[in-house]
Amino acid sequence: MSTANPTAKKNHNPKLAVILSILLAGLGQLYNRRYVKGALFIILEVSFILTLGQFINYGIWGIMTLGTLAGTDHSVFLLIYGFVSLILIAFAITLYIANVKDAKRDAIRLRDGEKTPTFRQAAKNVWDTGFPYFFVTPGLVMLVFIVVLPLLFTVALAFTDYTQYNQPPRNLLSWIGFENFGRLFFGSGTGDSNIWQDTFISVFTWTVVWTVVATTLQIALGLFLALLVNDPRIKFKRLIRTILILPWAVPAFVTILVFAAMFNDRFGAINTDVLAMFDLAIPWLQDPFWTRIALIMIQTWLGFPFVFALFTGILQSISKDWYEAADVDGASRMQKFKSITLPHVLYATAPLLIMQYAGNFNNFNIIYLFNEGGPPVRGQNAGGTDILISWVFDLTFELNQYSMAAAITLILGLIVTGFAFFQFRRTRSFKEEGNI
Amino acid sequence: MSKKMKSNVEVALIYLFLAFMAVVIGYPLLWTVGMSLNPGTSLYSAQLIPDNWSLVHYKWLFTDPSSDYLLWYKNSVFVAIANAFFSVVLTSFVAYAFSRYKFTGRKYGLYAFLLLQMFPVIMGMVAIYVMLNMVGLLDSLVGLTLIYIGGQIPFNAWLVKGYFDTIPKELDEAARIDGAGHLGVFFKIMLPLAKPILGVVALFNFMAPFVDFLLPRIILRNPDNFTLALGLFNFISNQFDNNFTRFAAGSILIAVPIALVYLLSQRYLISGLTAGGTKG
Repeated sequence: MSTANPTAKKNHNPKLAVILSILLAGLGQLYNRRYVKGALFIILEVSFILTLGQFINYGIWGIMTLGTLAGTDHSVFLLIYGFVSLILIAFAITLYIANVKDAKRDAIRLRDGEKTPTFRQAAKNVWDTGFPYFFVTPGLVMLVFIVVLPLLFTVALAFTDYTQYNQPPRNLLSWIGFENFGRLFFGSGTGDSNIWQDTFISVFTWTVVWTVVATTLQIALGLFLALLVNDPRIKFKRLIRTILILPWAVPAFVTILVFAAMFNDRFGAINTDVLAMFDLAIPWLQDPFWTRIALIMIQTWLGFPFVFALFTGILQSISKDWYEAADVDGASRMQKFKSITLPHVLYATAPLLIMQYAGNFNNFNIIYLFNEGGPPVRGQNAGGTDILISWVFDLTFELNQYSMAAAITLILGLIVTGFAFFQFRRTRSFKEEGNI
Repeated sequence: MSKKMKSNVEVALIYLFLAFMAVVIGYPLLWTVGMSLNPGTSLYSAQLIPDNWSLVHYKWLFTDPSSDYLLWYKNSVFVAIANAFFSVVLTSFVAYAFSRYKFTGRKYGLYAFLLLQMFPVIMGMVAIYVMLNMVGLLDSLVGLTLIYIGGQIPFNAWLVKGYFDTIPKELDEAARIDGAGHLGVFFKIMLPLAKPILGVVALFNFMAPFVDFLLPRIILRNPDNFTLALGLFNFISNQFDNNFTRFAAGSILIAVPIALVYLLSQRYLISGLTAGGTKG
């Protein structure tokens, strides 16, 4: 086709266009006789370098050195400038690659003699291919600066020596490699006492126990109640469901604070009214063991209604035919539950149940609001009920151990990524991704 | 025991257990109501059913010159409306692109949403604090709102994208034949059909400032800028002015409307979540 095309320019060389556009964005486009586009690219590149070049240079220097003059250079600001610079560079590289690809495509078109589009057509092309990017951009910018950048910053902080005694702008921070992690895992660098390692092990163990026990209990209770209420012999279903869902509807921070008051050792209602009937008084807020028990009970109270509502919906959608067929085969109630109800319910809700586990793993609110992670425990710098995330909060805002807090956050992040990995495998849309 | 008898006993046991649950659920809630009606301020002398009950705490919240309750209410409503509006706009944009277009980075973007929604905002709180400080938005409601809007994107974009996916593509194509462009399809087809899920997103984000105390606690300093949750928390976290009964009164005033909204819309909320979670 191209041979018969009278407008084909055989000696127009796409390779030259690529080389030119690599040298300076827009040159390739000029060579392709797309003057407006070429000029736009050149203006964009020059203004990018003129306005942001110095900032990027400073940022990169900042993230590498974290400053050289104590009292003048602020290491934390430099770290943030550095990340902003890296994001800007990534953005510029993306545009640059787009420019090179564009030059190559246009050059091939010109060589093969396709008509150069008019300005109107070109603008329409940009609108069509660029549309998803335009629509994603506002959200993406917010996401990058409010979610991604802070997470990257935290990762970086884990490898610095930002402590209570080493704070900018008075002091400079420096990169110290894996030292913080060494403290957590091997108790190195802290002299005789292994306070970091000891605390880490005990907090981590409790976090795992908390996540597994509290979440499993709330799911089990939710499922059990959903089955009971779904029983055809039960009346007033609407009313019962409304009551059972109440704990979910009331804001959690209110109920947790109310429970904190009710569990108060000396004048809380649990000890003075309920347990007094049995002549008991339990040190709910003083003894770590009892605080943990109280927390698990409260979380079950808070968490079961959502699972209950979820399961109720699923139970109603299971076809009656299954159960009738099972009845014909003479299946017992337990067998029906195990082979029909449970698989249906779990299959439909697995991703949400995984989210429940992930949510409790990072359930800062209940731990902090109930007893601020307390009671205190000898020989460790976290309270008896602190989970990893609330420990991180304390280290940051109470003890100003920023780097250690960041190191623990990084470990948390890796575990959460593990949860997410399960999610990926479970979520159907990724299996169907090919069809979209 | 006859079969009928056995069944009756079973039903009775089920009701008994449900009654027990009702007590366990109702007791703390009613206890809070009781506390809020006690005239004194301390937990110690408070009674579940006060002898001389009074509405003095409710009156204090609204009329006392040293009470900031109405101001906090106004702040929360401001943040809630801004958050709900901009969240719906941004997420529906993102979700539309991810649901209907093929573009470079789309698949990794989806993975990123799924991963990022599991990271709580506190993980990056030091950087958020420093950055807000750098741009002068620390201790401001605008700063707080910005963080809310950005933080909700991964979860809600995923949710809305899942819902958009269930809207048949044939509708888009038909609209395109009739001359609708990218924006036409978005405004005339997607948005009207996705009203239920957008309602859920708006509701969630409207509620967030009323029930979240953590971010306000990190970002806000001046009591004039407090949101309700933070202000109420300070009623009881303040060691020298611990006032549980007043906290109870203030909490009931926000818990009742929120609980009503949740109870009335729970069906939509749950089905929206299930759709987003399983269909992705």
